[in-house]
Amino acid sequence: MHFKANVHAKLADVVLQGNLKNAKGKFVTRRAEAIKDLDDFEATRDAAAAIRNKVIDNLDLWLECFERKALDTGAQVLWAKDGVEVCRLVIEIAKKHGVTKVTKSKSMLSEEAGLNQALEAAGIQPVETDLGEYILQVDNNEPPSHIIAPAVHKSLDEVADLFHKVHGTPRKTDIPALTREAREVLRAHFLTAEMGLSGGNFLVAETGSVALVTNEGNGRMVTTMPKVHVVITGIEKVIPTLEDLSTLMRLLPRSATGQSISNYFSILTGVKKPEEHDGPEHLYFVLVDSGRADVVGGDFHEMLRCIRCGACMNHCPVYQTIGGHAYGWVYPGPMGSVLTPLYAGIENSIDLPHAATLCNQCGIVCPVKIPLPDLLRKLREKQTERGLRPLTERIGLRLWAWVAQRPKLYALGARVGARYLKWLAGDTDRIRLLPTAPEWTLGRDFPAPQGKTFRELYAARRSSTPRA
Amino acid sequence: MSSRDDILGRVRAGLHRNASNAAVAREEMLAALTNRSQGPKPGIDAEPKALLERFRLKSEQQSSTVDIVAQESDVPAAVARYLAAMNLPKSAVAWPSLARLDWAAAGLQVEGRGARDADLVGITGCFCAVAETGTLMVCSSPDTPATVSLLPETHIAVVHASRILAYMEDAWAVARKELGALPRAVNFISGPSRTGDIEQTIVLGAHGPYRVHLVIVSD
Ligand code: SF4
Repeated sequence: MHFKANVHAKLADVVLQGNLKNAKGKFVTRRAEAIKDLDDFEATRDAAAAIRNKVIDNLDLWLECFERKALDTGAQVLWAKDGVEVCRLVIEIAKKHGVTKVTKSKSMLSEEAGLNQALEAAGIQPVETDLGEYILQVDNNEPPSHIIAPAVHKSLDEVADLFHKVHGTPRKTDIPALTREAREVLRAHFLTAEMGLSGGNFLVAETGSVALVTNEGNGRMVTTMPKVHVVITGIEKVIPTLEDLSTLMRLLPRSATGQSISNYFSILTGVKKPEEHDGPEHLYFVLVDSGRADVVGGDFHEMLRCIRCGACMNHCPVYQTIGGHAYGWVYPGPMGSVLTPLYAGIENSIDLPHAATLCNQCGIVCPVKIPLPDLLRKLREKQTERGLRPLTERIGLRLWAWVAQRPKLYALGARVGARYLKWLAGDTDRIRLLPTAPEWTLGRDFPAPQGKTFRELYAARRSSTPRA
Repeated sequence: MSSRDDILGRVRAGLHRNASNAAVAREEMLAALTNRSQGPKPGIDAEPKALLERFRLKSEQQSSTVDIVAQESDVPAAVARYLAAMNLPKSAVAWPSLARLDWAAAGLQVEGRGARDADLVGITGCFCAVAETGTLMVCSSPDTPATVSLLPETHIAVVHASRILAYMEDAWAVARKELGALPRAVNFISGPSRTGDIEQTIVLGAHGPYRVHLVIVSD
């Protein structure tokens, strides 16, 4: 994961920059409007955080409870330690039921596991059905750049070119017409796939159900039409009751897209009864660990509250500037900068915990009150403890510590530094290029100091103002 | 070791699980499942007229259209009116539970069954409706197949005013009382299907219906 190289490329990408600018205002204003109709937004956030804590603080028991209930409804419950096991289990299920085509509604866990590639290798055709995910799949399996709006980095023109190319239809730039074209292509898949694959927004322990939130109706399609339905979801997604589901649903769509409720909110329990006209005959839950179990009870335990709304990235100045792909893995933005090191290894994502200004916009909007900046800071500490930071940085910090413990020397250094920076700025009040740290001045100017250090100013002030 | 045992084992280790804290936690879990405490809810006037008004308003905000009739026997004529005004076909698929209405008298051909791809109009009832958000609660059963509100481009739903409740929480209480266990699919539907995946521009009619029309029976 070459975060820094990615960032440079993304900043230089004119089309992407335009698309990001177009997107960011919409998410932020829509959410701000939508939370107004909750009389007590803060109390609702507290309640939501409490619900999530209740489960993750006793996750073993809640998982067993959910499993029992789900089995009672006629579903099967499977467990996967990692992505490899997810792929193996799903392919086994597909083979058992003679499946040749799988329609998928959005599942981040399947992205984590690289399931599409594994299915293809096994001769089973995966079809993404969320419009955003579909656009990416037909564009050479491009990865999503946002957990709610996967193709947010693409412009209308890009989609128009793409559909023209893959569907062989006349190029059109009318968004409703493009949407209809995708609808027609995908409808045929919905009707013929033998297996539907979905994620799960929540697992309800009380009833052994999965709750799915969608707007397009593809979630309903993949869980209604095929004879087999497989739910792939993280072990942390359990919530206690249907009442808790209602509380969380007041926050999830508002935080994600600024809707008071999503168009479709489906609570699916068990399999089709013999006399029923529709619904799957087989329902499987694949409960996935992939690093989650080891987060339980540790320094990053609170991260397991996350309900994947995407508000933290929508409000993040870094995400708004570089987009989701720069983060290098499935989860972008502040939540990704915490999750990627935890699930993919701290040593594999050295830059991510630093890809934040710690401005706490994310912490303020997070519907389950995850203190994202604190977690990012803790990750930075871990990196330092494990000696993972670059040598120059480590030496630099040692040096700084040594100097900082010697006040006279420190004052001298500050004096020299302040004057050097003032000299660099010349007649202006800003520095265009810092020769010692050129990256700092890559996209912005550095404000020039006035020439005197704080200590000098302080001393001057004390000697000029008479004591009271 | 099975993956299940391995995963649960590591979760237990992380939580420092032992017999005594397990007993306490189990009790808390049982309490949560029996108390079913509710979170904060926005204030809503629960007086029946106000509920209907709010449901109507919120449904329209979700891009549904709304008609109100006095009694259930008026529904077929109202549906025929809507289909004519929208220039839509006069034939429809309906929930078997609604087949008893006199559709033919209103000049409509209505078949009570599950929907197929070719059906253009689907007529359903609803288990109840939620005024807070303008949402239909639709439960699957042999008499109320899920496909009817999903496959056709036009979805018409009959809503009895007496079934309009303030909150989703109220709907759960009614479901527990009347249905016992949850049916296979509970779908909360709020307006036509939509997507914002191309440049965050909201387009109605993604994979589900393009339009949702509600006929409220004021009883
Ligand atoms: S960390 Fe919070 S804001 Fe970010 S996706 Fe998760 S729940 Fe949403």
